[in-house]
Amino acid sequence: MSTTHTPVAPAPAAPEHLSTPVQAPVRWRGPLTSVALGVFSLVAFGLATPGSYETTFTLATRGDLFQIAPVTVPSRVSAVLLSLVVLAAAAVQVQRARARRRVPVWTHVVVGAAVFLALLVWVMAGREAAMPFTLLLTNALVLAVPLVLGALAGLLCERSGIINIAIEGQLLAGAFLAVVVASTTGNPYAGLLAAPFAGALVGLGLGLFAIRYRVDQIIVGVVLNVLVIGLTNYLFSTVLTNNPQQLNSPPRLPNLPVPLLADIPVLGPVLFDHPLTVYLMYVGVAVLQIMVFRSRWGLRMRAAGEHPKAADTVGINVNRTRLRSTVLGSAVAGLGGAALVSAGLAFTKELTSGKGYIALAAMILGRWSPTGALAASLFFGLADALRRVLNNTGSPIPSELLAMLPYLATIFAVAGLVGRVRPPAAEGVPYPK
Amino acid sequence: MRLELRGITKRFGPLVANDGIDLTFEPGEIHALLGENGAGKSTLMNVLYGLYQPDAGQVVVDGAPRVFAGPGDAMSAGIGMVHQHFMLVPVFTVAENVVLGHEPTRRGGLIDLGEARRKVREISDRFGFHVDPDARVEDLPVGVQQRVEIIKALSRDAEVLILDEPTAVLTPQETDELIGIMRQLKDAGTSIVFITHKLREVRAVADRISVIRRGKVVGTADPSASEVELASLMVGRSVSLAVDKAPATPGDPTFQVRNLTVLDATAAPVVDDVSFDVHRGEILAIAGVQGNGQTELTETILGLRAPTAGTLTLDGTELGGRTVSEVLRAGVGFVPEDRSTDGLVSSFSIAENLVLDLYDTEPYARRGSMSPTTVAQNAERRVAEFDIRVTSTTDPVSTLSGGNQQKVVLAREMSRPLRLLVASQPTRGLDVGSIEFVHKRIVAERDNGTPVVIVSTELDEVLALADRIAVMYRGAVIGVVEGGGAADRDVLGLMMAGIPLEQARAQAAEHRTALATLDAEIEAEPAPADPVAATDPQDAATTHEEDQA
Repeated sequence: MSTTHTPVAPAPAAPEHLSTPVQAPVRWRGPLTSVALGVFSLVAFGLATPGSYETTFTLATRGDLFQIAPVTVPSRVSAVLLSLVVLAAAAVQVQRARARRRVPVWTHVVVGAAVFLALLVWVMAGREAAMPFTLLLTNALVLAVPLVLGALAGLLCERSGIINIAIEGQLLAGAFLAVVVASTTGNPYAGLLAAPFAGALVGLGLGLFAIRYRVDQIIVGVVLNVLVIGLTNYLFSTVLTNNPQQLNSPPRLPNLPVPLLADIPVLGPVLFDHPLTVYLMYVGVAVLQIMVFRSRWGLRMRAAGEHPKAADTVGINVNRTRLRSTVLGSAVAGLGGAALVSAGLAFTKELTSGKGYIALAAMILGRWSPTGALAASLFFGLADALRRVLNNTGSPIPSELLAMLPYLATIFAVAGLVGRVRPPAAEGVPYPK
Repeated sequence: MRLELRGITKRFGPLVANDGIDLTFEPGEIHALLGENGAGKSTLMNVLYGLYQPDAGQVVVDGAPRVFAGPGDAMSAGIGMVHQHFMLVPVFTVAENVVLGHEPTRRGGLIDLGEARRKVREISDRFGFHVDPDARVEDLPVGVQQRVEIIKALSRDAEVLILDEPTAVLTPQETDELIGIMRQLKDAGTSIVFITHKLREVRAVADRISVIRRGKVVGTADPSASEVELASLMVGRSVSLAVDKAPATPGDPTFQVRNLTVLDATAAPVVDDVSFDVHRGEILAIAGVQGNGQTELTETILGLRAPTAGTLTLDGTELGGRTVSEVLRAGVGFVPEDRSTDGLVSSFSIAENLVLDLYDTEPYARRGSMSPTTVAQNAERRVAEFDIRVTSTTDPVSTLSGGNQQKVVLAREMSRPLRLLVASQPTRGLDVGSIEFVHKRIVAERDNGTPVVIVSTELDEVLALADRIAVMYRGAVIGVVEGGGAADRDVLGLMMAGIPLEQARAQAAEHRTALATLDAEIEAEPAPADPVAATDPQDAATTHEEDQA
């Protein structure tokens, strides 16, 4: 460049800038994971299975109107075919990624479903026992209910700006109160009604310390969890153990099959033959999906969680909004606790065994939306159900190892495999007033 | 609506932010509140808007005293406010933001989005705003976001509209459009309170000017008052607004940037194929609206970001991909755009902050242990040299005023022999006296033969300092023009909006903005009659010191 500066002297090479655009590096992580899954499935589930093996799936459950005969498929061929489906979906992903376009969501669903089916085929290959497919899905749904409710609780709090680590404690408190109330009254619905209050009480503590005293919300949450564990352990080993007949033998929440719908083969028993908690979960997800995103209440709640000052300047009381959401969310978690013991389980120490944290993961994996929370919880529920089935039927590898996989997958997913997750901008940040 | 403030006093601890302020805002009038940063303008408006409660005094609406417990009360009284930092939820749509807090609802508390959109369109059409009600706010340029704020206030039937530093984030053309909007609103009967520290805009648009200094109303002025008069009123002493500098004598181009591209996390280019040279002994100013890649460019020079493509060479060595300490050791002085978060460790002492980049080198440290005596001696020297007003160099740097904090940063960065000085927003938030000082030091560094890169979103500062001006838009350098008297405010403004140089020249010739017209008038005016204003800056500094004492 010359040292005499003419007024129009442009920087050297500046005009070239349209001709050689610098492109972003291709995002290979997602597609390559799918390819790896496909290859793994092909080799481990397909080719490694002896060709003579067969896998049987039972679709019917007792009391079905139409009895469907068990389906038997050749293991190797089925697993290979399913693996090829995975690889085809992966190929679509690779092609989209190379073009630097968005990878469609359905390809992830196809990859997940096909790998899962291939896994089922392989696990039962060449065994006498059949894979109870319908039962597996039914159990998955039931096991997912506390997780869904916990995740809904988490998103209600976090959308308003309060981080709720105390879901675990809220589930536990809800379960405890549900058991005690249902046992003393002999009415399982009384327990169901009481449980949200226990959750709400824990939520009130969270709200009080997080909002009023601006204590770090994660620390308050963890401390509340420990507190509830300690309290329920104490009450269990003193009061409940002294009088288990009266206090710790809750009746089972009865199944309420939906007329007609419950008679549909496979779908009916999976979706429409459940206790009230499952239907409450359906309603909760649907109502919250609409209310969070389309109602005045939801708009104000999200404003408090995204930009509290903006909410304040239009006359919204941020801290009151946050406290209400926190208490409401925690009550939903309490209901989740009741769902956990709806099968008439007696209370035991630390009954929740980390389900609150898994609900938290489901909330993040579901990107802070009710339907997302449902999908993620079903994924975890399915893993849990599979572990239980394999515990009974036996499996080629320890079922505990299989049960770990979804959580491993969650860590990768949350770390950005399925795109960036974006929490509410002001979550965990107190709003001093 | 006639709005009065009577004897408003607001204290924060020992600090009196507002001290018995009396002001009246007449209907259909644009009333400018002029004052330096920290003079108490925003505090006053937050009191008026119900965000703060005054310690004394009252707000009187149409003759009746009112108490605003919160912004809701102020809004229902017909007061609307456009905050300096927009109060918009980025992930919401325009319509959602506009109706937030007074949502039209259908059955079951669901928001009537149709009604919300209609409301936005109605106001948008009335004033020609061209705002799409379904656009997400975070996707909109700041100028449009500001219009959303105005729509938000008007949709609540605001009769008094407070605009808090509304031009801070706008291009000159957007500023011109805003001035047009303000006049339109005024004609429609809305009173406007226009808060600013920019003299030129005040003269272009205000009907009445009240000047606030240290929490008090120190005077009112007519828009016909000269800039020097207004500045003196604002600062409380005579000031020289121009920067004294000799024409540059550029040497070799020792700092060269070639085809530099930086991608952000979403793989979008934030610095897009940027090339420029900086010569020894010249100031290259990088102009542009905030958020057009300037931050990323300076961070890449410093080594905080890695370039995706392209090179940065200083004295023939490549800087790209080096660590920050290597870049600093190569002789780069860096003044970050936000001194409180990136320039200083606020809880550290002034003396410690003065050696933040050298603490581990001789003579401040020997064999891994620091030498407090040398650090203290260094601090005394720098404080004297840069005229930093301190009680003690062992006080935390957070106890200093913004201007003195910035002097600490400059003193640190300039105490090493420099091969390149990069200063981002070197005078943001400083008072006029400190601005003078900082500008003088930067020019002195240039005259030492250091290549200097200044990043500034303030066009006045760019015009005052630059020998050459590069304009950045969406990460690319859209053009480079000669600085000094040759630069045209309108041309630069259009370039800041992404219009290439030649086209910008043509357009600027056709349409002059209000501010550029003022520029022309000022040039046509005879030299200021006020003799104090013409005295050399040394005298002005003396006055300042007396003022402090």
